Amino acid sequence: MTAHSYRPNIWQRLHIDLPLLLGILALMCFGLFVIYSAGGEDIALMERQLVRIGLSLAIMLFVAQINPEVFRRWAFPIYIAGIVLLLGVHFFGEINKGARRWLNLGFMEFQPSELIKLAFPITMAWYISKFPLPPKKRYLAGAGVLLLVPTLLIAKQPDLGTSILVAASGIFVLFLSGMSWAIVGSFVGGVLAMLPVLWFFLMHDYQRTRVLTLLDPEKDPLGAGYHIIQSKIAIGSGGLWGKGWLDGTQSQLEFLPERHTDFIFAVIGEEFGLIGSLLLLALYLYVIGRGLVIATRAQTSFARLLAGSITLTFFVYIFVNIGMVSGILPVVGVPLPLISYGGTSMLTLMTGFGILMSIHTHRRFVDR
Amino acid sequence: MAPRKRMAMHNHAAEASLFKRRAIFTFICVVVLLCILFTNLYQLQILSYTDYETRSNDNRIRVVPVAPSRGLIYDRHGQLLAENQPFFSLELIPEKVTDVASTLDALNEVIEISNDERENLLEALKYHRRFKPITVKNRLTEEQVAAFSVNQHRFPGFSIDAGLKRHYPYNGLMTHVLGYVGRINNRDQAALQSAGLWKNYAATNDIGKQGIEKFYENLLHGTPGHLEEEVNNRGRTIRTLKSVAPIPGQDIHLTLDLQLQKKAMELLDGRRGSIVAIDPRDGGILAMVSSPTYDPNQFVHGISSKAYGELLNSRSRPLINRSTQGQYAPASTVKPHMALLGLEDKVVTAKTRVWDPGFWQIPNVDHKYRDWKRWGHGWVDVNGALVHSCDTYFYDLAYKTGIDKMSHFMLQFGFGERTGVDIFEESAGIMPSREWKRAKYNQPWYIGDTISVGIGQGYWTTTPLQLANSTAILANNGQRFVPHLLKSVENDTTKVDTLIDEMPPLELKDPRNWEIINSAMKDTAHKSRFVDAGYTAAMKTGTAQVFTVAEDEKYDADTIDEHLRDNALIIAYAPYESPKIVLAVVLENAGWGGANAGPVARALLDEYILRDESPTVTAGAPNNDRP
Repeated sequence: MTAHSYRPNIWQRLHIDLPLLLGILALMCFGLFVIYSAGGEDIALMERQLVRIGLSLAIMLFVAQINPEVFRRWAFPIYIAGIVLLLGVHFFGEINKGARRWLNLGFMEFQPSELIKLAFPITMAWYISKFPLPPKKRYLAGAGVLLLVPTLLIAKQPDLGTSILVAASGIFVLFLSGMSWAIVGSFVGGVLAMLPVLWFFLMHDYQRTRVLTLLDPEKDPLGAGYHIIQSKIAIGSGGLWGKGWLDGTQSQLEFLPERHTDFIFAVIGEEFGLIGSLLLLALYLYVIGRGLVIATRAQTSFARLLAGSITLTFFVYIFVNIGMVSGILPVVGVPLPLISYGGTSMLTLMTGFGILMSIHTHRRFVDR
Repeated sequence: MAPRKRMAMHNHAAEASLFKRRAIFTFICVVVLLCILFTNLYQLQILSYTDYETRSNDNRIRVVPVAPSRGLIYDRHGQLLAENQPFFSLELIPEKVTDVASTLDALNEVIEISNDERENLLEALKYHRRFKPITVKNRLTEEQVAAFSVNQHRFPGFSIDAGLKRHYPYNGLMTHVLGYVGRINNRDQAALQSAGLWKNYAATNDIGKQGIEKFYENLLHGTPGHLEEEVNNRGRTIRTLKSVAPIPGQDIHLTLDLQLQKKAMELLDGRRGSIVAIDPRDGGILAMVSSPTYDPNQFVHGISSKAYGELLNSRSRPLINRSTQGQYAPASTVKPHMALLGLEDKVVTAKTRVWDPGFWQIPNVDHKYRDWKRWGHGWVDVNGALVHSCDTYFYDLAYKTGIDKMSHFMLQFGFGERTGVDIFEESAGIMPSREWKRAKYNQPWYIGDTISVGIGQGYWTTTPLQLANSTAILANNGQRFVPHLLKSVENDTTKVDTLIDEMPPLELKDPRNWEIINSAMKDTAHKSRFVDAGYTAAMKTGTAQVFTVAEDEKYDADTIDEHLRDNALIIAYAPYESPKIVLAVVLENAGWGGANAGPVARALLDEYILRDESPTVTAGAPNNDRP
């Protein structure tokens, strides 16, 4: 950045961060190959995914054009609107697969929790960055309220995966803001102390089953343990180099459930082996690294916290999904970001990357 | 508070550096967590690779066993006695048929589907996997197969499945020899499991249940092959990965002579009884008939419980193999053996004469043991005693010999012990002794018991096979074989003769005694039944009491119940000079042995000895000519 050029290049004028975009596109291409294999070489499925990718790239590009100031200004009203919609879901939502997550808007189905996923970190960053950092303890009460309301509403739907992502995005803002280690320590302690309460009072039976299944999947190999056993068999049988693209028996012969959506990582492990998995992890690490670079180079605390939170939330997706598919975390409905087939999460993620690009490309290069 | 908050100033440089430190910290956390994921993947994909690879293959590879075809059974001249016939059944794959009921209606116009078959199918469909074939109708005739085949395009999802089922072309002719195959039941399964053979039967439906089919199951069954199929999560076959062909069971040739067997069955003519014919030169069984018989084919396809009940409860006991399980008093047919014992034991000589007044009494006892001829035979020597079947001579002989010697001597002729013939259905019969009676009835042996046994009555029982075998030993001058049915086994293309199980010969102190007895039997034959035979033969008849007649009563066949009438027996062999065939005939409740069993023996020996010598008949078999 020696140039501090006042003549921005083509990418800057398009508000695109090329290194980030290349990482994202590499992941999406990888994803397309895997979906082609996992989806049984279904061309129609590929077309739908391509449309989604195109749409989400367009949205990313659009969001990148918006000045971060705009997000900051609109964050809280959108957050409030999101909460209202969540309450609406709570009372009027469509029930699908035993969970109340969707609002039927007549022309489309809409998941308010996805809106919160975006609005909440912005709101949190807005709230925290109003104060000098590190934040004083007394501001944390407000932050706690901001965090708990959407998290609990989403957890109640129930959608544990999303509520974890939402809570994490808020916690990252607080942590990155420089919250004292004492508070971080007591928070971690508090969460650990909450676990029994969570287990006995807040979790649904099916969620408890998932945790128990994680500990001993072989107990019910054809029932609760089936997903995780088949997934581990797929990954393990991939070995170092994998069985080859389109040659994964666990996936091609349909032993692996949810193979083109939440469990797509097992297909990667099976067909591309440890090498393929490592390549994927490297790509993810690259995108995260780039996100954190963007965050540290941002010029305002708001932008830094927001960019950091978005990047780390992206990592939570990765960790929770791969952890669940490879059998070290309980099964929660979190897709493998930018790889899994499916629209909503990709749109949300790409909006997040649009914000990152907006932050990075709207810096004012003034000598200080 | 509020005003102070507003007054608070942002220190941008400090905030930026604080953020940077936190960002670096989180990045390190991210790297550490990714390492944890990687370590877990390394554990799964490298350290536990073989384990998961095995489990993955277990998931996808299904090994489908393929049944071997069962070995065929031939007679000694290569006539097919048990074959495998194509068996057609109509099957359907449920998922390919949308409306089973209406399709069955349409199908009924092509092949008749009974209401039972229809109901069974509709019921079975409820519990059946949708892509697996299910049987609609069994045992299709060739006409039905043809009728369906031309209409097959109208019934997608329906197909004809062909398999092989055992078929016995001669039906009941040798059921008791061949036995039959039937569905493997729990008992068979347990037996196979304990023998470690169960894995060979994974694809096999039927197993030998009786007779040769059971005894030589291991030869006949063969070794199964298998297909390795790749299947998906619903068990549907995707493709075949590997196929190993089954090794068919071995074909076996029996010592039976089909023509003689047919003749024997014809001669029994539905009467209750048994005929056993043995080639004395090697112990091979030429014919073994038990009558009445039943059709083994009905067991192959699963006999109805009604039909089975009828067989089981029939008074004439068709399920029993009379030849090896029927226990009959040998009566006078064992007089040659007894006479031989007398000569051997020097109780009598060839010249010793006994006066027969028509009865015999134990010294100082009043009870009279009657001869069959009320007025007696007068003076008889051993030859006369055999030719006329003089009871008195043998009462006296038995009295003088005693049960201990009799029992010991007769054991050497195979009485009272299983012969070891190669079918499992065999009884030992009873050769009584003091110990036997003590064990069985807890009673001492009485002299009277000895007298009855001396004429082959009393406690003495024998199977027709034992009787034939003992006759073969007589005809062979003591050379003994284990009677057997298996002649040879086909290995690939060569026939391998089975080893003949020769037993140590029965040796007499004075071998000349053989000739005295055998020539007496020849005289018996040629002074009666074989007087006009075109060859030389030897024989001895017997008439066994089933019903004890009181001392002064007269036995009258017409007045007593058929099941209590005498059994007619005969033993015979021919040619006398170099015996090729020995036989024993038992006709239950037929009356006099000479009159009733005699013609059967004569006709059978005529058939065998006088039949046009076809080149295949026991060519090259050694003749042990009589000295």
